Amino acid sequence: MQTEQIVSKLNEVFADVFDDQSIVLTRNTTAAQVPGWDSLQHINLMLAVEDAFGLKFTMAEVQAMQNVGELIDAIAQRA
Amino acid sequence: MKELTYPIDASFILKKKAAIKRRLLTAAKDFTAKKIAVLGGSTTHDVCACLELFLLDQGIKPSFYQSDYGRYYEDAIFGSEALGAFRPDIIYIHTTNRNISWYPSLADTAQTIEAQLAAETEKFTAMWDKLSADYACPIIQNNFEYPCYRLLGNQDASNIHGQVNYITRLNMQLYAYAQTHANFFVHDLNYLAADFGLASWADPFYWYLYKYALSLQAIPHLAYSLSHIIQSIFGKNKKALVLDLDGTLWGGVVGDDGVAGIALGPETPIGQAHLAFQLYLKAQRQLGVVLCVVSKNDAENALAGLRHPHAQITPDDLIALKANWAPKNQNMAELMQETALSEGSFVFVDDNPAERELVRQSFCAVAVPELTTVDAYIKTIDRAGYFEPTVLSADDANRTQMYQSNAKRQCLQQTFVDYTDYLQSLAMQASILPFAPLCMPRIAQLTNKSNQFNLTTRRFTTQELQQIAADAAHLTLYGTLADRFGENGVVTVLAGHIEGAALHLDLWVMSCRVLKRGMEHAMLDALVAACLAKGISQIVGYYYKTEKNKMVADFYPQQGFALLAQQGSDSVWSLAIGAGYQPKNKLIAVNGGQIEGA
Repeated sequence: MQTEQIVSKLNEVFADVFDDQSIVLTRNTTAAQVPGWDSLQHINLMLAVEDAFGLKFTMAEVQAMQNVGELIDAIAQRA
Repeated sequence: MKELTYPIDASFILKKKAAIKRRLLTAAKDFTAKKIAVLGGSTTHDVCACLELFLLDQGIKPSFYQSDYGRYYEDAIFGSEALGAFRPDIIYIHTTNRNISWYPSLADTAQTIEAQLAAETEKFTAMWDKLSADYACPIIQNNFEYPCYRLLGNQDASNIHGQVNYITRLNMQLYAYAQTHANFFVHDLNYLAADFGLASWADPFYWYLYKYALSLQAIPHLAYSLSHIIQSIFGKNKKALVLDLDGTLWGGVVGDDGVAGIALGPETPIGQAHLAFQLYLKAQRQLGVVLCVVSKNDAENALAGLRHPHAQITPDDLIALKANWAPKNQNMAELMQETALSEGSFVFVDDNPAERELVRQSFCAVAVPELTTVDAYIKTIDRAGYFEPTVLSADDANRTQMYQSNAKRQCLQQTFVDYTDYLQSLAMQASILPFAPLCMPRIAQLTNKSNQFNLTTRRFTTQELQQIAADAAHLTLYGTLADRFGENGVVTVLAGHIEGAALHLDLWVMSCRVLKRGMEHAMLDALVAACLAKGISQIVGYYYKTEKNKMVADFYPQQGFALLAQQGSDSVWSLAIGAGYQPKNKLIAVNGGQIEGA
């Protein structure tokens, strides 16, 4: 899957989970820039991403992810 | 809302929580606000978030207190300022097998295990007793789910050293407490985990990362199940099943295939499945759910099908039978009028998706389960928890008979020209007495379910009702009504508190089953007598307007009360009473006495 496709699909997931249709993700987007992206919502985000891409992250991956770029990389690695 | 009805899509709910909540809130329903304290032995954040959705869907608007992580026991035993100030309407203790403090190992003797079991039980019992004393509200406690692995394999269940065996014994202790404590309810986490699939339920990924004792995908199922108990405690259960016939109660079309041609009974697989479904419905009826039929059929064909030799649901089981060719939403509207049951009381059971859609669009509060094939009918209705029992009152089992008597009364009504003559012919007898322990479940049920004839729409738990019944500064009365067609059970309840020489009415409700029978006059007479006996010379009544209680907007002036104050559509009324009070009841014999002036 191309990076652009991943980003566009991720964007939809973020819009749903954070209930904000105006979100525009870049590789550098971090939790601090998205209202509502706290540790409690992070778990819901991870599950929604797993569902959308049909994959399951490992505990190590979930812990390591710092920004959207790393999330994209983790997804791209599985494809 | 369809998305929040069995079978639910957990991932969808988790992902769309915020949008679903927004839709539920803008549906602008008449919500009942409730405060729910969640005392967790693990993370509870998404439990509350999902529970909120299911409760909103059932007309309850919750606010939450959540204990700090894992501090369920400390909050209960030592209290917390925040919890005290929150004053919960209900307490939910979300503990799981992760919170069991000790498990047996092979080296332990039977005595050691016994002693540890007693100690663990004591820890929980002390917590429930303390919470119950401090907050006097219903408590919901998870039982313990089976572990996700078994050191002793299959023997884990039967060997006293097994975790499965230990958890089973611990659960039995919970049940023993539940059987002896009226306001304590076990939430069957163990069944739920089995139903969901224990291997997926106990995904330790979510424990290690987030300290959730169950997988995230299981949380909406937990919240759904929990919402059934809460909905039931606060009187939001459904009351009636509206059943289709062809394709629902039996296979085939009775008008086309004839009675001998429909599938019902042990001869065929489809017939067996319909028979099992009818047996399930019959059992629901015995628990107090009322049954109606709405079918597109000629009446004679419908009756012939209901008299099939294998039929379990017969015409006698129904409070209404509507077999005609009118649109089903029209029949539903008539049914609501005739039974005086609200929209939100009905579950519409029909195998035809078009009929379901019509009813769904016509009445947003009617529950419409998504039936698929007949072998799944029972599961679909059962899992939706429409009729979750918490308090079973004796009147529940008699409800069908009460509604049928009502139908007979309506027949009789038509043959009388003068309404008073008709009422006299009913030979009505009432008991009007202060709250009594035996009637408490029904008093609580009526208090929390009545919306129309309800002056204040204040809700009380059974414990609160018991407290005011025992308090000398309160005055309580309940009334039962019987007539030549049968016993109606407890149909009206009132309560007030005494301030000086005045009684302030906090509660006055009456079942719509007995509207226009003069029961309210008998109650007022009894109230005045009780007040005079206590030296009270003024009765103050309050009317708080809601969506549903317009019928009693003028109740107090009609009883001779004078307006004291008016604020918007709410009003306060006063009645001065003395020895010259003229009794209003001329139709009902009260407490075994004669009718005044008769």
